Formats: sequence, C-alpha cells, structure tokens
Amino acid sequence: MSDAPEGLRRTAPRADNQDPALFGQTPWQTVGPFFHYGLPWKGGADLVGASGIGARPDLFPAEHDVLHLAPPRGPVTGEVVALVGTVFDGEGKPVPDAMIEIWGANAAGRYHGEADTRTGIPLDPGFIGFGRAAVDARGGFRFLTLRPGRVPLAPGDDRRQAPHLAVGVFGRGLIKRLATRLYFADSEGNGDDPVLALVPEARRRTLLAPRIAEEPPTYRFDIVLCGDGETVFFDL
Amino acid sequence: MSDATPRPRGEPGQPPSLFPPYRSTVLRSPREPLVRIPPTLTELTGPAGTWDALMGPAIADLTRHGRGPGVALGQRIVVTGRVLDEDARPVPDTVVEIWQANAAGRYIHRGDQWNAPLDPNFTGTGRVVTDGGGRYRFTTIRPGAYPWGNHRNAWRPAHIHLSLLGPAFATRLVTQLYFPDDPLIEIDPIANAVPMPYRNRLVARFDIDVTEPNHALGYVFDLVLRGRDATPWEA
Ligand SMILES: [Fe+2]
Repeated sequence: MSDAPEGLRRTAPRADNQDPALFGQTPWQTVGPFFHYGLPWKGGADLVGASGIGARPDLFPAEHDVLHLAPPRGPVTGEVVALVGTVFDGEGKPVPDAMIEIWGANAAGRYHGEADTRTGIPLDPGFIGFGRAAVDARGGFRFLTLRPGRVPLAPGDDRRQAPHLAVGVFGRGLIKRLATRLYFADSEGNGDDPVLALVPEARRRTLLAPRIAEEPPTYRFDIVLCGDGETVFFDL
Repeated sequence: MSDATPRPRGEPGQPPSLFPPYRSTVLRSPREPLVRIPPTLTELTGPAGTWDALMGPAIADLTRHGRGPGVALGQRIVVTGRVLDEDARPVPDTVVEIWQANAAGRYIHRGDQWNAPLDPNFTGTGRVVTDGGGRYRFTTIRPGAYPWGNHRNAWRPAHIHLSLLGPAFATRLVTQLYFPDDPLIEIDPIANAVPMPYRNRLVARFDIDVTEPNHALGYVFDLVLRGRDATPWEA
C-alpha cells in the first residue's frame, strides 16, 4: 500500500540505514554526557536489596524521574558483597560522567536468562545478576550483589572459570563500551582461570579486586581508562 | 545459544575508541591493545526475559510522558524498526532504551545549560522490548540540534541515543540515530568516528508508509547486532 500519489514516490537508492548494500553491524556511538535520566534507574546498582543506589537524581528535576525504582524481586540466596571503585582518565583524574554495568552468575553458578540452559543448577528467583550504576561526581560507584559461583568456560567446555563479573564501562568520551572483568583477589580459582591466563601477567592485577572491608565483604575495583596502570580491556 | 556468539573481530564499520577530533576520547581511551578472548558462557548470556522485573514497565510514547499535563511541543514522529543479527534474523526480547533532547535541542539534564527552552511536557526517555519479530516502536518528537564545547561553533546534529541489551553481554550496543539530509552530520566529530560508507547506517529513513495520517512522520531505523562466531576455545 502506498500513501503517495502515483508517480511521486521516490525510487532513487539512498545510502542510509535501509540500504541493503550497507547492511551490517550498527556502529557504536558514545552515550554522551546526558544519559542519566535515560539509562540508570534507582536501585540499578543494588542487585540484592531495595536501596536506590545506582542513579543520579541530582542531575535532573524530580518530576522527570520517570524510570524510578525497579520493582521488588524478593529474597536472594548467597553471600552479599559490595563492589566499589573509581573511574580514572589518562591524567589520573576521576571521570564524573561514566556508567558501569555488571553481569554475573548467581551464587550457585547459573546465569539468569534463557541462554544458560543448564537446568540442573538452580536459578535464584530473587536474583537477576545484571546491574547498572552511573558514577557519582567524584567518579565513584558502588554495587551490592552476590558473590558469583564458578561457571564453566563455554558450552561444551567444562573447564571452570574463577568467580568473576563481566563489567562494561560507558561514558562521555567513550565511543564504544570498554569490556573488562572483576575477579576477587582472595578467591579460589584465579590461578588457573582460562581468561586470566590470556592476560599478560604484569597486567593481571588490574582485574583482581582486593578485599578492603567487611560486613559486607567489600572489594575495590578501580578502572583506569588510559595510561599508567591502565585496566585490561577485552576484545570480546 | 550459538546464535548469540559474536563473529570474528575487525568489523570495518565500528569506530575506534581513540578519535582525536572528538577531544574527550584522548584521555579516555585505552592505549594498550585489547586482550582478545573467545566468548565464554559469561559473554554468551544476558538478562533476557527479565526486563520488567529488572527495569520496570515500558515507556513507548515520549510525547505524553513529561510531568506537565499536556503534550510535548515539536514535530511528532514515529521511530520504528527491527533488531537483527548479522544474518538478518530478528532478535526478540531485547530492551531498547532511548533518550534525547527536546524539539529545541535541550535536555532536561542539569548539565545542559545552554539558552534553549525546556518543555515541561517532555522528558525525553523511553524503553520498550522487541517483539517476536525483533520489532520496536516509539512515538516521540524530532529533537533539535544543540551546541557543545568540542571546538568553536560545534553543533551536534539532531540525534536520538539508543541503547540495546539483549540475550548476550557480548552483543550490547549503544548508538545514535541521525536524520536524513542533516548538514551537521558530515562535520560532526562523533558521527565521523565511523568511517564512510558505514556512517550512513546511522541515518534513519523517512518512510511515508510508516507515517501516520494527521498524526506523525515516520522514520525507520534497523539495528544490527553482532552475529555468530565459530571461534572455539582451544582445549
Ligand atoms: Fe546527545
């Protein structure tokens, strides 16, 4: 069906999103500086409770806070841990307009979501394992989540990975997400983790978060985007 | 599960992290090479099927989602399309989040203080989940261009920010939609981080068949996520 009069429809090819000759991966673009009212929601950084951490309600008027709190999800099973850190730029200055995402398995080592088909390992109905936090004005973030269980390397490959979280870094000046991983420095399994083994030994420490406090166990994971002590980022 | 596995790297349409004309990339992009890893179960999984529990309900009509009593000012538009993999197969159950400036080119964000009016009836954020055919649809207003501090007399072309999160951590995508025939695109450092001809993938197409009579102009914008990759781990 056409709404344009006969003979007036444009038929010349256009090099745009709908051009079959250009079909392929959509290019990345930065989140820019103004994502705070569109991406991080209150509670996005609390994967285990009902606190509102993760959002930046100070950056836009309250009447425009349409994302609000995520709905309550019920109790979780496992050990609650806190993950804290600061994002730094190439001059060692905190980055105040970055955003962090984490993705982790539940305490039993199962991923929530349809792609983990290992039905013999229990899901935790109260725990999804995805979190999102806008950093604060000093570049800091804080997540509350569960210490993840160990997961197999890949479908059909039962070598076990050490407990870890996938971490994505976004922000103004970051054209593409930077992907890294948080490992727990005091955890079992780091010594023979197949992913850590691919990281040059001198740089592995950037992925190993030290335990810096208790109640709950708190791990520090600073992220250096550029330069001295640069965090290891992955080509996934 | 193999459907979510990323393809080999080196996609020519992807921009670099370091693109000096966009000045703030210079101190915020890694200098060390990325460490290449085959996808593990971690990267092949993602929080699909959990969106309502994770983020709350959908917001598909941005023209009625301000906090004033009325309707947003500006040219009303429909933005719709499909989320596909690299084999052009639909990707259902992917959350599409958008945010944008108002018709005058102003964000409600406190960090945006240039001299253009705010619209009390327009917040500028939305979020929907793709259906079984990978389709999404928003009703919003056409955003205005706005100035920024990258260089003297710098203006961003009119754009809508889009964020996609689907069945796999590896296929995460954040991008921007531009409008056809916008003369600012070719002089915009952020758009120009993407080499031609791939930059044109970011330009939506006006479509009279998507346009709603007496209501809204229609634009089509498909999003293509990374597809399959046969690269295995070596045992
Ligand atoms: Fe923008």
